[in-house]
Amino acid sequence: MSDLLDRPVSIWALRRRRLADDPAALLGLGMLVTLLALCYAAPVFEAWLDVSATETDLLSRFDPPDATHWLGRDDAGRDVFTRLLLGGQTSLSIGLLGALGASLVGTLIGAVAGYARGRTDMVLMRITDGIISLPTLPLLIILAALDLTKLGFTQDFIRSGAAGYWRIVVIVTLLGWTGVARLVRASTLALAEREFVLAARAQGASAWWILRVHILPNAISPVIVATTLAMGRVILAESALSFLGVGIQPPQTSWGSMLTNAQDLISTAPELAIYPGGLILVAVIAVNFFGDGLQAAFDPKSK
Amino acid sequence: MIRFLATRSLGALVTLLVKSFVIFALIGLMPGDPLDMLTQANPDATPEDVAKLRAIYGVDQPIGARWWTWLIQALQGDFGYSRAQHRPVLEIILPALGNTLILMGLAFVISTIIAVFLGTIAATRRGRAIDRVINLIAYTGISVPSFWLALVMIYVFAVRLGWLPAGGMPQTGEGLHGWLVRLTLPLLTLVMVEIGGLTRYARSSMLEVLGQDYIRTARAKGISTPRLLFRHALRNAMIPVATIIALGFGHLFSGALLIENIFAWRGMGRLILEAIMGNDYNLALVCLLFTTAMILVANILADLAYSWLDPRISLGGRRR
Repeated sequence: MSDLLDRPVSIWALRRRRLADDPAALLGLGMLVTLLALCYAAPVFEAWLDVSATETDLLSRFDPPDATHWLGRDDAGRDVFTRLLLGGQTSLSIGLLGALGASLVGTLIGAVAGYARGRTDMVLMRITDGIISLPTLPLLIILAALDLTKLGFTQDFIRSGAAGYWRIVVIVTLLGWTGVARLVRASTLALAEREFVLAARAQGASAWWILRVHILPNAISPVIVATTLAMGRVILAESALSFLGVGIQPPQTSWGSMLTNAQDLISTAPELAIYPGGLILVAVIAVNFFGDGLQAAFDPKSK
Repeated sequence: MIRFLATRSLGALVTLLVKSFVIFALIGLMPGDPLDMLTQANPDATPEDVAKLRAIYGVDQPIGARWWTWLIQALQGDFGYSRAQHRPVLEIILPALGNTLILMGLAFVISTIIAVFLGTIAATRRGRAIDRVINLIAYTGISVPSFWLALVMIYVFAVRLGWLPAGGMPQTGEGLHGWLVRLTLPLLTLVMVEIGGLTRYARSSMLEVLGQDYIRTARAKGISTPRLLFRHALRNAMIPVATIIALGFGHLFSGALLIENIFAWRGMGRLILEAIMGNDYNLALVCLLFTTAMILVANILADLAYSWLDPRISLGGRRR
């Protein structure tokens, strides 16, 4: 407290300090960074252990763990440990990109609605409420199964692995922006009334400039928290879609797609069904720990 | 009250109409074409025949016109046929709707009771060990993939212990016992997934209420703790929780969809997935509309619940 009085501290330094005092948030961040580092080190492990996460070996199906295959082999003879890391790359990066995409779209729509008000606001918020009250998962399944040729994409693009990946990112963005839009709209409505915005407008600043320089920097804190927490939901959504067979398609892999035939394996090779789901659980818990820590650190009323 | 119900129902109907168009258009973008499926089994069909059939079935019309035709028929109670099962879709949907409502209704009631109970305990023992344990349960609930939890339950209770069946519907003649045995695992999974978020809201809402002056006054009068919690605090703490429950109805349905599929529970979730995967688009369309309608009704019921919980909130939007 004393050094708070001694010299001025920037809000971000204060928040960083509060975050550093929160063991759960640090644990979450630590787990997340470790998982990311491990997953992106998959090629290193493959080279070091001389195993393959992608090459099938039908003579070694369901082999138990040994010195190089740390978690054994799966139903196609691939190394389970490095395959988990490979799948993690997809799951975690889709979580990150999907959450960022949804926040970006939500921020844009919320800021426009809150600043323009009137009819624009009403239409945008009606759309927001409409999306919120739709049954999410069935809609995600339909969007994931849409025939992209009917939207003018080429066959070559659709067959490429990138299409499956970006399709998931786009659809979680399309359905996930509503929460952030509401947050940003509320902040924008309040901030637009403040004197510094009035002053900027009196000096002839454009709406875009006011939003970018005066409003959004002041409205960003709750968005950062919401983006973090959204990452957990996106990881769960991707895993559900891939589990149902409409998400990440082979030969690409993710934790969810590793569970696609888990139900058939549950009585013969249960560990193949346990590992990927366990990793999803750990990753999402880590994200939620960190997100809640951020929320507490950003909230001047807490503690 | 009557007026509130009338305006809200009208609003919900308009919303449903708009959504029916959106869903109709999306379904139109699904792979395949109704006539391809009809004619691919018939190698003798000439392009002229196909074109003629297109005109007969109205598939050559623009999407808006097709939606309008469909809507007029639906309003007359004709929701069309299922392509795969060759039965009217309503005949297929109604039993599934019943099964889903049993599963979701029970999960809703049980998870709300457990979550409010856990949240209250955590709030009154803030910072103690029991609070931490409840917090961890809640975190696990919001972070676990529900379909994976269902698989773990099957592994533990059906494969290893052999106590319960791994899924399926109760057979005729199994009676109440059959229902209980078949419902236990899906219900347990759904409840475990649902209580996570609810417990956290119940806890924070309870903490807020417990910090208020009237609670201190009540305590100063010498009221017993259970009476204080359940008579004085709970009612106010439930108001924000009711919002979450209403908004969470879609979440509950998404959870039910996955869980029904894993436990072979013949409900709406399973039907929707089967319909989408089997290109049975008319069935999928009507299923989705029923689900959307269900969510809209739940939202209206939640608004009614607010005013029951908090008489200060008037249904007409004006303060009394």
